[in-house]
Amino acid sequence: MSSVTTSLAPAAKVESATALPRRAISLTERLLQVNLWLVFIFFYAPIAVLIIFSFNSGRVVSQWEGFSLAWYAKLFSNRDIGLALYNSMVVAGVSTVISTIMGTLVALGMERFDFRGKLSMDSMLYLPIIIPDIAMAVMLLLFFVQAGQLLARIGFGFSLGLGTIILAHVAFNISYVAVVVRARLADFDKSLEEAARDLYANEWNTFRYVTLPLIMPGILGGALLAFTISLDDFVVTFFTSGPGSTTLPLRIYSMVKTGITPEINALSTLMLLASMVLVLGSLALQRK
Amino acid sequence: MTAVPVSKIELKPTRRRVETLQILGLIGPTALYLLLFFVFPLLIVFVYSFLKRGVYGQLVWEFNVLNYVRVFDTLYLSILWRSFVLALLNTLVCLVLAYPFAYYIARVENARTRNLLLVLIMVPFWTNFLIRTYAWRVILANDGPINLILLNTGLISQPLQLIFTNFAVVVGLVYGYLPFMVLPLYAAIERIDFSLMEAASDLYANGWQAFRKVLFPLSMPGVIAGSILVFIPSLGAFVTPDLLGGAKTVMIGNLIQGQFLTSRDWPFGSAFSVLLMLMVLGATLIYFRKGGRTL
Repeated sequence: MSSVTTSLAPAAKVESATALPRRAISLTERLLQVNLWLVFIFFYAPIAVLIIFSFNSGRVVSQWEGFSLAWYAKLFSNRDIGLALYNSMVVAGVSTVISTIMGTLVALGMERFDFRGKLSMDSMLYLPIIIPDIAMAVMLLLFFVQAGQLLARIGFGFSLGLGTIILAHVAFNISYVAVVVRARLADFDKSLEEAARDLYANEWNTFRYVTLPLIMPGILGGALLAFTISLDDFVVTFFTSGPGSTTLPLRIYSMVKTGITPEINALSTLMLLASMVLVLGSLALQRK
Repeated sequence: MTAVPVSKIELKPTRRRVETLQILGLIGPTALYLLLFFVFPLLIVFVYSFLKRGVYGQLVWEFNVLNYVRVFDTLYLSILWRSFVLALLNTLVCLVLAYPFAYYIARVENARTRNLLLVLIMVPFWTNFLIRTYAWRVILANDGPINLILLNTGLISQPLQLIFTNFAVVVGLVYGYLPFMVLPLYAAIERIDFSLMEAASDLYANGWQAFRKVLFPLSMPGVIAGSILVFIPSLGAFVTPDLLGGAKTVMIGNLIQGQFLTSRDWPFGSAFSVLLMLMVLGATLIYFRKGGRTL
């Protein structure tokens, strides 16, 4: 990529040196285009390699030995991956429902009311997004271990597992949902609510029939964001999981750690497809 | 959270009580949840960082600052320094790649093409982070495509050691965080009135001068926002150095993980987590002070 890193400076130099500014500009232009293409190649080459070699019949990643769906077949007969996918879906599903409800409520409260302590609430709401994954993971691990020991003394012991993963995911997902819903509420035409009230709708009916439908795209967008983040999360899950609660990213991690197999390529291709469908769906929703 | 409404107009006592209840109902659940599962764990890490590890990895309740003193050990200082340098290098490479890229997109006249180019930069970003990193492990491997092409063309006679090096870590980081740089840069450059560039060249500024004196200063908010958005998460990176790096490319994230899951020195790992959070919060404060709020 070294040719790209210097693309700006030589372009400018040539431009000042030549007597024909028009030609010089076109050279800058050309270098900009080269950079554009190189960035796109940089972005798509790894994905292309994964997809192409998921259909390779051989085991070696760099040698093409013929088209085959063998790795997909192997993937579908792998029960560990099936279980991991199920766990991931449970974690993402449950944490999305909880964080969407709480995130939407808190967004309404923050946008509509002024109260003492609003600033500290604001920072408490933004911090989980800013803090690095690894720090969040570590603090939740410590918390769950301490709480587990404390509760075990009074007979309510628990161990790390799907439950703790869900609690941890809700802790960061509330913030993401709240940010998306608040953005929707911020450019919301308040006169519509006033109109409803002028027409003798009570507060609940105004919310139910005016506010809620209007912010629905924001809520759904927030829920989809939470779902994808939860499905994608590795670091926090890694620290808050226990035996038997392996999610898909954890499974992929241990597969990658133990060695490269084309089975991961097949899995990656399928996940790529799934996340494309999810994201395009969410874009379509937000456009409404 | 004390949920007392700050009323701008005189409210009837009952109306006021209703509003207090509404605020409690809306904010209360999240406030309680985050206090329990975020603020409280944060305090625990802070307290742990001042405790001691026992001989068997157990916790000893003895207040001390030795964990923070140990950070100044050359081994740990070198890890801190490396994390900082790799994160900074990542930020610079992202900036150099993303700037001309964003500039090019910002000047595309057709709005649909422009949006398409922006979406195209986001597509790889939607896939699992582990898989994106794993892809580079495949590409940079000793028997991977890059080495294969170089060997077949006769440019090298032996495979290059690309994987498990600092180079691989930076490539992985750039791949992971480039969109964070492109988007704010695009937002900043797109707002610039390009006739100012023409004015500069009318005043006999050459291309480089026009860039340095006009374009770059005007795009500064985007440069700062993008740099912070790339720098912060790469400072705490864990997956990238873990999968693409080796023993010599350990970053803060790996160090923390090691202290918690391998050495079982939780107090020392906590001290490093606290340091990492302080560094990140510092960078965030700079971001807000430099007007990042607007982005």
